[in-house]
Amino acid sequence: MIDVVNRSVRAIPNWVLYVAGAVPVIWLYVLGFQNALGADPVDAIERNLGLWALWLLIAGLCITPLQRLTPLRLIKLRRPIGVVAFFYVLVHFLTWLVLDVQIPSQIVADIIKRPYVTVGMAALLLLLPLAVTSNNWSIRKMGARWRTVHKLVYPAVLLAGLHMVMQAKGFQLEPLVYLAAIAFLVAMRWMPLSSFRQAFVKR
Amino acid sequence: MANRWRNTLTSDDVTPEAMFVNRRQMMAGAAALGLGLTASPLRAAGLEPNSFEDITSYNNYYEFGTGKDDPARYADQLTTDPWTIKIDGLVEKPGDYALSDLVPQMTIEERIYRFRCVEAWSMVVPWNGFELADLLELVGVKSGAKYVAFETVLRPEEMPGTRFPVLDWPYREGLRLDEARHPLTLLATGIYGKPMPNQNGAPIRLVVPWKYGFKYAKSISRITLTDQEPPTSWNMANAREYGFYSNVNPEVAHPRWSQATERRIGGGLFAKREPTLMFNGYDEVASLYQGMDLRKNF
Repeated sequence: MIDVVNRSVRAIPNWVLYVAGAVPVIWLYVLGFQNALGADPVDAIERNLGLWALWLLIAGLCITPLQRLTPLRLIKLRRPIGVVAFFYVLVHFLTWLVLDVQIPSQIVADIIKRPYVTVGMAALLLLLPLAVTSNNWSIRKMGARWRTVHKLVYPAVLLAGLHMVMQAKGFQLEPLVYLAAIAFLVAMRWMPLSSFRQAFVKR
Repeated sequence: MANRWRNTLTSDDVTPEAMFVNRRQMMAGAAALGLGLTASPLRAAGLEPNSFEDITSYNNYYEFGTGKDDPARYADQLTTDPWTIKIDGLVEKPGDYALSDLVPQMTIEERIYRFRCVEAWSMVVPWNGFELADLLELVGVKSGAKYVAFETVLRPEEMPGTRFPVLDWPYREGLRLDEARHPLTLLATGIYGKPMPNQNGAPIRLVVPWKYGFKYAKSISRITLTDQEPPTSWNMANAREYGFYSNVNPEVAHPRWSQATERRIGGGLFAKREPTLMFNGYDEVASLYQGMDLRKNF
């Protein structure tokens, strides 16, 4: 069964993954144009893209632990997931900028003065060099430094989770669950694997 | 005693629902063709009430969940008939008032008001309701009373959102007595001439158009006259972000976003931000706050 999954994942051409990743964004905007996203389409687009980006970033963080703890080999998906996640973050940001806040002076003021915007903006900036270097040429060119640079994904996803928590009004559980899951996935990188192996894999 | 206040927005400004739908389709069509939007004269004047659909599908009513569509999805579980309001505290005639006895004694008017949410979006809503002042007169306010406290019904079995401590339930709101007696202040029982939909706070809710929407306590089960400023839910949850007064004020930013502008709901994907007006445009309430620092008393 796991072999089938591993083999089919390997068989998918990358361009299929990128196209499949772009479809929900295009679809969301088509619905927006048709006024089919409810009373506040801008809010719907922002929320959905933000949430989907977070899902993808979390999925990306799961790949390495799964590889270490299970026979699942999904590493091939890591780059497409990361690049598509960045695309969602970017469209999320541009939607906020162009359709929501609109006014340039207010955009600048929001980024500086509103901590949740500052945090989200920081996450975007941390992801930018990762998106730019997500290609074979950069991996060859950068050598060992590539791995170091791509560790930026940990603070970036933590900030993305924090960005969600900071927007909640009142005491809301859902954003905290996301942040806790992210914190756990990041912390796993520094935990001894033997403790997990015993829990995950029956020998 | 009713009819103290006159609408500047009249029923002539209410767009028939069919026409509204047509205009929306036209706008969507124009946008899809990349033509951009030319604002209709009605929109430019800011007089066009939102559609019944917008008003009843985009709600903040955390007792039913924190999503904007949660109230429309879950609020039908709430039993609104029979309904009694407990009126107590510093009143001459305290007691449990059946809504079915109370409403016939009041004059129901239509009031088309701007509605400004603290989240920086806005609508125009054609409410039906009576002036809170009339109810206060009916029950008799004792001389020591300075504030009016409102409580939303709390029924965890009918309100799935209250199973989580998002706020310290029940939802509580309050007004100063002079604010409560202002002719703009309503207890609303309907929208567009229809009974109040559950997601909008059926069967009876507060409407205070110069304040942010969270002041408009929904599904009111208790009204208490007090001599002390009553605790209010959002202020209890986060005093830095939500003051007792919460008057619409473009100059006092919410710590997490600016209040200088607002997005009108219903304008589609490309709705331009509009400037937020002091007291949401209801300048006649300014005298209530004379001599007060509205930055401190936000």
